Parts: sequence; C-alpha cells; structure tokens
Amino acid sequence: MDNAAAKGEIRFRLNRASVQVTPENGERLSETMRDRLGRRDVKIGCNAGDCGACTVLVDGAPVCACLTPTQQVRGKEVETLAGLVEYDPAAMALIDTFQDNGAAQCGICTPGMMVCATALLRANSAPGPQEVEDAIGGVLCRCTGYRKIIDAICQAGTAQPRSPAEGTGDVGTSIRKLDGYAKVVGTEVFGDDVAPDGTLTLRIIRSPFARAGFVLGDLDGYVRDNDAIVAVLSAADIPGKNCFGVIPDFADQPVFAESETRFRGEAVAAVVGTPEAMRRFDAGTFPVVWDERPSVQDMPGALAKGAPQLHDGRDGNVMCGGFVQCGDVAAALTRADVVVEGRFSTGFVEHGYIEPEAGYATYADGKVEIHACTQAPVMDQEAMAVILGVDRSKVRIIPTAVGGGFGSKLDISVQPFLALAAIKTGQAVRITYSRSETMQSTTKRHPSEITLKIGASRDGRISGFRFQGDFNTGAYASWGPTVANRVPVHASGPYNIADYRAETRAIHTHCPPSGAFRGFGVPQAAIAQEALFDELAQKLGIDALEFRILNALDNNQPTVCGQVFTQGVGIRPCLEALRPAWNEQRGAVAAFNASATATNSPLRRGVGIAAGWYGCGNTSLPNPSTILAGIRADGAIVLHQGAMDIGQGANTVISQIFAQALGVAVDRLELVGPDTDITPDAGKTSASRQTFVTGNAARLTGLALRQGILSMCNASQGAVLDIGAGVVVVRDGGQTHEINLSRLDGDGMGYVLRACETYDPPTKPLDKNGQGVPYAQFGYAVHICVLEVDTALGTIRPLGFTAAHDVGQAINPLLVEGQIQGGIAQGLGMALMEEYLPGRTENLHDYLIPTVGDMPPVETIIVEVADGHGPYGAKGLGEHVLIPTAPAILNAIHNACGVRLRRVPATPSRVRDALRGN
Amino acid sequence: MGYSSADTLPEALQLLGEGNVRIVAGGTDFFPMLGDRQAPPKVLDVSFLAELRGIRQAESGPEAGWTIGATTTWTEIANADLPPAFDGLKGAARQVGSIQIQNAGTIAGNLCNASPAADGVAPLLTLGATVELRALGRVRHVALSDFITGVRRIDLRPDELVYAIHIPPLPASATGRFLKLGSRKYLVISIAMVSVLVSLDDAGRIEMARVAVGSCSGVATRLGALEGALIGLTAGDMAGQPDIWTRHLDPLSPIGDVRGSAEYRQEAAAELCKRAVLGVMEQTKEAKNG
Repeated sequence: MDNAAAKGEIRFRLNRASVQVTPENGERLSETMRDRLGRRDVKIGCNAGDCGACTVLVDGAPVCACLTPTQQVRGKEVETLAGLVEYDPAAMALIDTFQDNGAAQCGICTPGMMVCATALLRANSAPGPQEVEDAIGGVLCRCTGYRKIIDAICQAGTAQPRSPAEGTGDVGTSIRKLDGYAKVVGTEVFGDDVAPDGTLTLRIIRSPFARAGFVLGDLDGYVRDNDAIVAVLSAADIPGKNCFGVIPDFADQPVFAESETRFRGEAVAAVVGTPEAMRRFDAGTFPVVWDERPSVQDMPGALAKGAPQLHDGRDGNVMCGGFVQCGDVAAALTRADVVVEGRFSTGFVEHGYIEPEAGYATYADGKVEIHACTQAPVMDQEAMAVILGVDRSKVRIIPTAVGGGFGSKLDISVQPFLALAAIKTGQAVRITYSRSETMQSTTKRHPSEITLKIGASRDGRISGFRFQGDFNTGAYASWGPTVANRVPVHASGPYNIADYRAETRAIHTHCPPSGAFRGFGVPQAAIAQEALFDELAQKLGIDALEFRILNALDNNQPTVCGQVFTQGVGIRPCLEALRPAWNEQRGAVAAFNASATATNSPLRRGVGIAAGWYGCGNTSLPNPSTILAGIRADGAIVLHQGAMDIGQGANTVISQIFAQALGVAVDRLELVGPDTDITPDAGKTSASRQTFVTGNAARLTGLALRQGILSMCNASQGAVLDIGAGVVVVRDGGQTHEINLSRLDGDGMGYVLRACETYDPPTKPLDKNGQGVPYAQFGYAVHICVLEVDTALGTIRPLGFTAAHDVGQAINPLLVEGQIQGGIAQGLGMALMEEYLPGRTENLHDYLIPTVGDMPPVETIIVEVADGHGPYGAKGLGEHVLIPTAPAILNAIHNACGVRLRRVPATPSRVRDALRGN
Repeated sequence: MGYSSADTLPEALQLLGEGNVRIVAGGTDFFPMLGDRQAPPKVLDVSFLAELRGIRQAESGPEAGWTIGATTTWTEIANADLPPAFDGLKGAARQVGSIQIQNAGTIAGNLCNASPAADGVAPLLTLGATVELRALGRVRHVALSDFITGVRRIDLRPDELVYAIHIPPLPASATGRFLKLGSRKYLVISIAMVSVLVSLDDAGRIEMARVAVGSCSGVATRLGALEGALIGLTAGDMAGQPDIWTRHLDPLSPIGDVRGSAEYRQEAAAELCKRAVLGVMEQTKEAKNG
C-alpha cells in the first residue's frame, strides 16, 4: 500500500476526469458524489436501492450509487447524467427526446432514467419497448406513468428523433416544457440541492410510538457535552404559536409535540450540528424518555365508547362532517325497481414522490428565508408568520424545484424546523427527510369506509342515492375538512340524480395526518359509486356505458348541489367518445375468454368503465390568483409566475396563456419566481386550479398589458405587437406605430409597462343542505381499462387504458397527456398494490408503487367542451385523471372473472380470496 | 480497521481473523440494513478479490461440475454460457430487484443475507449446490441446505468468508425453470417463488425432478415428497391427478403478511410448482419436436 492508500484515499475517473477522495467507512457513493464532488445531478430518493434515482454508471453498468461503497469504485470509471449529456451521443439524443415527449415532469427521477437509458442505448442502438422496460425497471417515476419515457428512449435509439416542437406556443399547441431543459441535463435544483456546502444539518427526534407521553432530558447539558452539536430545538423555542394547519379554523398540529405525541413519527425535538457530526448522529443518544400509551389506529377503535380522545372539543374523535341533500332519497329508493348497495374500504395511500422533503433556511436582519420544496409558498409564509410570531414580511419563501407533490407538499413539513434552527443558531441550516421520515410524518390519502345504496327505475334512471362515508383523518386536521366537504358534493359522479343524500365524517386516529392527495377523497367515493353503477346496469340488463350515458348530467340540469350549468358540462361527449373503444374491447375480451375457456387456461380478460368529475378550485371559498407582468426598457417581457410548477407544467401553461393574451411568442417571456418577495400570490397548486384560476389571472394580465400598449397608440384590438429590443412596434392594419421604451419612466422594478390582474372564480356558499354554487367549473373524465386476471394466482395485468377527458381547451396537449398517464398510474397503484400501514410499510420496498412494467399503454382522447369561465375555455385536469381509474379496474376485474372487490388494493391474495368465495 | 478493501485472499482472511468484521460485496443488502446508522467499525470489502469472481467448469476431479465465485454478480450469471439446468438460476438472476441490483448484487451475498425471499436460494437448492467457505488455513464445504440455518441465520464462522458455490455435474437433459410471484413487475420481493429442475426420458416421463419453494418458509426448501411423486409421470398423468400439487406441501410453513395471506401463499406455491414443472415439460417437448 502506498501512503495515500493507507490514508484511505482513492482515485477514480468521474465523467472522464480523474478525481481523488478519502471516503469514510460506510460512505455511500451517492454521498460522495453530492457532498464531496458537487455532483448534485445524482439524486437520492430512498437510500435503499428501491427508487433508482441515484443511478450512475460504474464501468458502464448502471448501479445505485446509494448502495455502492465509495471505496469500491477505486480505479473505475464513474459516469453521471451531467457528464453523459456532455459527451455521450445517446445521452445527447435523450435530451431532445425526453423534452419532446414530455418524459420529464417533475424531473427528480430523470437522471436515473436517462443514465439507465444511456447504458441501454450504448449496447442496443434501437431498443424496443420491452428492452426499455427491462432497462428502466429499477427507476421509479411517480409523475409520468412511464409511457412517455419509453417513447423517448425508443425514439432516441432511432436515427430520426422527432423534430423539436416549434412555434410560438399558442394555446392549443404542444411545446416543450419551458423549464424542461434543466431537468434533463441534471441541473435542476431541488430541495436538497440548494444548501451551500458545509451548512449546518438538522435531524428530528420523532416518536417511535403511535401515542406516547415523553419527557425531554437536560438539553443544555446535551449540547454542552457534544461539541459538534450546535443547538437543540423543542416546543420551548417557538416564539409564536406552536400550532399550524392549512385550514385556520381547524389548525391543531404542533411543530413539536409538547407532552404527548399523537402519531408514530411526530416530532418532539430537533438537533442541529455540523454536517460531519450529523452524518454519524445516533438519535438513540438523545435525552428523551418515552411512555407508550394506548392508542386508536382505526376508525372503529376511535369511535368506540371510552376510546382515548385526540383533541378537546372533537367529541368521539369526530372532527367534522359534510352533508349534501336534495330531493327525497327515501321515497326514491322505495319507488326504485332495482336497488343495489355495498360497503367499500380503502386504506392509507402514500404520495410516493421520489423527492423527500428538503430545504434550507437562513436568518439575517430579522428576516428568515426558507428555500424548500412546496406546493404553496404563500400558505407556507402565513403559517411560518404565526409560528414565529412575526409579520409575514419577515418570512420569505423561495421554493426550490419540487420533485413531486400530489397534495402532500401543500402542508408545511421541514419549514418550521429550518426557520427555528436558523433563528436560534444565526446560521444557515439544512435538512432532508429520510425516506422513512417522509413516509411516517407527512400526510396520506384518507382511508375510507363507505356505505352506498342506489336505486334505479326499470328504464334505467337513477332513483335515490344514499351515501355515508367515514374518513380516517389521522392525528391532525390537515385537509380533512376539505375531504369531508368535497366528497358529498362529488359522490354522485357526473350524473343527473334528483334524490340524493350524502354525509361524511372525518375521524381522528393515532395515525399520520391524512391530507390532500389528488382528488381529496373523491377517488375513494368514485370506487363505490362507479362499482354500484355497474351492478345496477347489470341488474337492469343495460350496457354499462349506455347506462352511464342515460344518466349523464347535461347542461341546464341541476347537480346534486342544485347548481345549474348552462354550458360546459362535458361528461356525455366523453362517454360517447369511448363508444367505439368500448364496443371493440367488449368483443375482444369475449373472444379471448371463449378461447381461454376452451383451452382450460386460467387467464380471463375483462373490460371496465368508470367516469368521474371534479370541481376546479376551492369549494365555495375565495380562491384568487394574481399575476404580475412587466416590460423593461430593454424590451424584456417579464412574467412573475407564482403558481408552483410541481412537474405538471404550470410554468409552461401559464406562460402560454399569458403570451397568447399579450400577443407574443412564448419564447419571448422571461419568467421569475416563485418567490414570495417578488411574485404575487398565485395560490396553492391544488384543487386542479392553476390552469383555470392562475391561467385566468395570466390571461387578464396579458390582456391588460396589451391594452396598455394599444391605448398608447390608439391601435385597434386586432393590432399585431412586436416587442423588440427597446422598442414596441404595433402594426394595425396598414399603420405602424413605434413605442420607444427607453423614453418611458420605469417603476421601482424597472418596468416601463406593467400589468397586474387577479382572478377569483365565482362561487357561492353551500347552505345547510349543501345547496349552492361550489365551483365555477367542473372537468369530466371517463376511463376504460382492459386487463387480464390470472384466476389461479389472483394476479392482475392491466393491458391498456382508453381515457377520455374533457379539458375544455387543451392549452398544451402534450402536457394534458402527461397528466392523464401519470394520474392513471397513481390510480392503478391505488387499485392494485398500494396500502400504507404505519410502522410496517415505511419504505419503498414494502410500500409498492407501480414500476414501468406495471403500466400499460394509454390511449388519450382529449375532449374539448369549452368552459365559459376557463381561460380560452380551459378546465382543470390534475385530479380528474385518477378518479375513474380504480373503479374502471375493479369493474374490469368483475367483467373478467365475476368477482366484485370492495376493498382496495386488489392484491393477488385478496383477488384469490374473492375467487374462492371468501 | 475501518473500511478495508482487500486485494488478495490471504490479506482478506488475515483481516477476518481479527474478529467482528462485517463483509461487504455488492452492497445491495449492506446499506439497506444499515439505514441511517453508522457503519460497523470493521468492514471488509471483498469486491476486489479477482479469484472470488466468475464461473468455471471442471469435467472431473474434486471440483467436477461448476464453480461460481462468491462475488459473481447476477448480471454475470444471467449472461453466462451455461446449460439448460441453469435456466432456473438465470431466471432468478434476471428477476433480482432491478438491473442496478443485478449489476452489483452477488450470489454469495444473496445466500449470506438469508432472507426467506432470497431469489437465489431456491434455484441453487435444485442444483444441489454446496458452499465453499475459507478461513486462514481452513476450507469447509457445506451443503446449501445446511448453510442457511434460519431466517437471517447462516453457518458462517466469524473468521470465514464464502469463497465459491459448487454445483455438481448434472444430467445434460436436465432443464431448470424459475417462477416468481409478486405484486408488481420489477423491484419486488416475492410473495412466493418456485424453482424446478426436471429431466425427462424419451417417452416424456419425468426421470428426475427437483422442486424448491421460496418465501413460504423460513428458509427456501425442497419438496422431496412431491419430487418423488412426480417420477415416472407424463404431463397427461399429472392432468389426471390435479391434487398431486397440493398434497406434498408439508415442508412449507408460510406466514401471512402485507404481501399475502398464509393460505394464499400455500395455494400459489402449488400452482407455481405445477406451472414450472409443466413448463419445462412443454419446453422439452417443443425442443424435441423442433
């Protein structure tokens, strides 16, 4: 051994350059890459080989950097995405095809995907889909539904990648994501990528029990005795209120529990230390004594007499309820010729974004700045002002890129810990949740227990609909009240139902808080409603699709809330658009099953259909978005875009709408934000509201800016703007006007022209029977699923989806497809494999989300029934996309093998139970 | 000693002799089990030991058959030129985790991890594998079925490492097959798995059958009674006695967990046995006809 080797120094090649490091015992290559060598294009999602985000090439072979001891790459060639895109022709081709196909949504899995794809393409220049699936099977993506990634890789292998999308980005055109390039070359900056090297690191002390009393020991002594520990935080350090919650009237969650924890993983303290010390930090040394107490972990337990009460004033652990009623449901059910009923159960579902919560904070001059992944910067700011006891102006939220959210990053997570630590230490502090921390402590989809009874007359009209749903809201309120309110409004599905009664309760348990997850409880309700619709159709001898068409809501018919849309109701066109596919698939599966029966094969195919609707924006509450834009003297057009892009494409869609309204090409825009100091409040990325609400604000802002320019030269509405360097040329018919921008006075932000507009959807409160105007618009969706059941093993293999979505106007059809495919993948996971069990599935190998091999092709049918309120007619989409998926799958299972599953996920074990008649 | 990468076997065995040494090879089980905790104080990396890697065949002598070096990766096994008897092992290799895991994970690591769901154990049981263990001045050969003694328990002394896996000579006509049942396609821990090794006589009757089941007991296990019952049967005979697959499952003791109920595992194991055996028979028939 030479001297350097004796000291543990190793040399290897990294992206074709020689490097040397001295790794510690137990150091993972992923840590070395990120912390020692600045290679933050290597992403860490799970630290256990379960997600593949950290994939690098070692001597050309893909491996998980998180599972590779750094010492093992001594003398080897290591390649990461950032290197590959500089010199590898396959990776360079992937840069284009990933963008052209919308294969990167949030972008957190993209480095892993592209590194695997590059290795594949080096060995096989023209891979087929199956080879691609095998190559990327070890990388999880939660956004895209994988199909566009497969397409991108196959195209990169062919000689002619699709030419880059060109054009001005007009509404209705599929341009690349404006923020897509950074995601495909590994330079995108996520929550864990922003902190400077050497930043103090924070670790949280969490309850190991669902419910426990606890006593903290001598914290000052602990800090004194541990040189590398800079500070300890607990409830005593909170200057404002130790309480937060997304719905102010229900705010109930402490930053740090004060005397008793209410769920496993709840924070009681935090430790701040040097990065070196915190890498070796052993939470077992922290001075805390636990006293485990009896807990209630399910709804029957929480509702039982004598059950421990989680919160004062919420008797019986019932937090709140929701209610909608119209007509006379009892009479209608009595009158019905056919009645079906059922009880349905769903479990916790984990959001499963590949980016764990992460960020860092600084504190200077009395102002705290928080850089973290979030879906709701202004809500974060408001919550932090309360916790810190300061004015909002003393809190600045600068969101990082978000590696997936799906609802859970609406709630604050790392933010208060970071801010309190930065204030207490006076230094920058960072944190990244481990996979088990994010799974234990952040919100989940509500488990549900639903009882539903529906009647119909012999001619197939719904006659009475009675829905009761209990939702396990966990230890704290989070978005539980929203779920309780949204479900009764939506549980009817997009149908004309005159006699209706739906009531819900949100029940506290000693479980992680249930919050927002794509659909706010509506996907759970749709499982019950759409399954029973199939049963009704079957009993009546009516085709399942025709039964839905017969009952579809139309314009000028009241919803169950008594809201009457005179325009824009698009469910019937969606259903009718699927008639050809439905009839074709019905025939195909019947033929397959006839043949399978004849050959004694255990395989059976089925086709199932389900529909859904979803109101865009807050339910009967103000919900404004504001967009600011300005033109500088040099002619730059600056769009202050505060709507969080969490991968869905808000940066692109909002820009397209604004550019269309202003009358310029989208590539002329310079985007700034989001940043609570420089972008106005565009609201939260939630409730499928950004395209609709912020899109409208962008449209109004674009129009106002345009009007300002036209007014200056008295030009007509039809004038063409050419905003160039320092000058705006306005061509109006035969006339040309020039506005010399340098002669105009600039404002404090340097804008010589500016506009700032707000849009708030028109809604009205719901009365005690849930009657009113909950939403200005709904979007509509129908899915058909074809699948194969192995009746001997109970396994289910989805073969394909056909999805019709009414989006009013597709602003960017490519992004619409991306939302639909990604939503279907999440709905598929919920239907077939996902169930979070606190304490048991706190990682991504016990908690399964779909891999590329589980996601079949999706045919997308975009239906455009323009909405009078939407920008250029557009409707929201983000949550609609998974509402019909699970019930379509369950209905297809029944069609295949005759069993009706009323509990998801339909695991092979449960499918077999059902087939055996249990 | 911290982290040591041995470059020669004697160096590695010397270090192991110091005691309390944790061996790391591919790292694919080492780090997940470590989680956020500190690494053990003494870690020995055996990945640089060239003699521990690769597959070789000997026609005769004490090593007659095949020798698979301990740190041979799943990818190397999947790509190796091996007779059809190894199709089960190759099938398992291609279904371990993901490509990333297959590129790093080693065959001996899979055995030493001793998970009830270890993909490599069932096929190696059908191949009659033995494990060669080395310590300074000592060599031991242990049958695989004796090496893994329980859930996460192996017969490996503190100063030993796994040097190689030996597979004795096999009939040229023997063909293997591996079937893994999980709730998703990739990156999945099995609910149940079956590996078989079957050879047929000219009349299409089973002359040798080895059947091993994983994930349905603490350690993957051979189904000796089923193997015996299959001897002499044709596919047609088996169709005539469908309960043959369910009658001989006594060695299994499946648990119920998040992946599936005990009852389901038992039932699935029987179905997988049937499919694996009949699959080989079908394949052999096609090969003959083709």
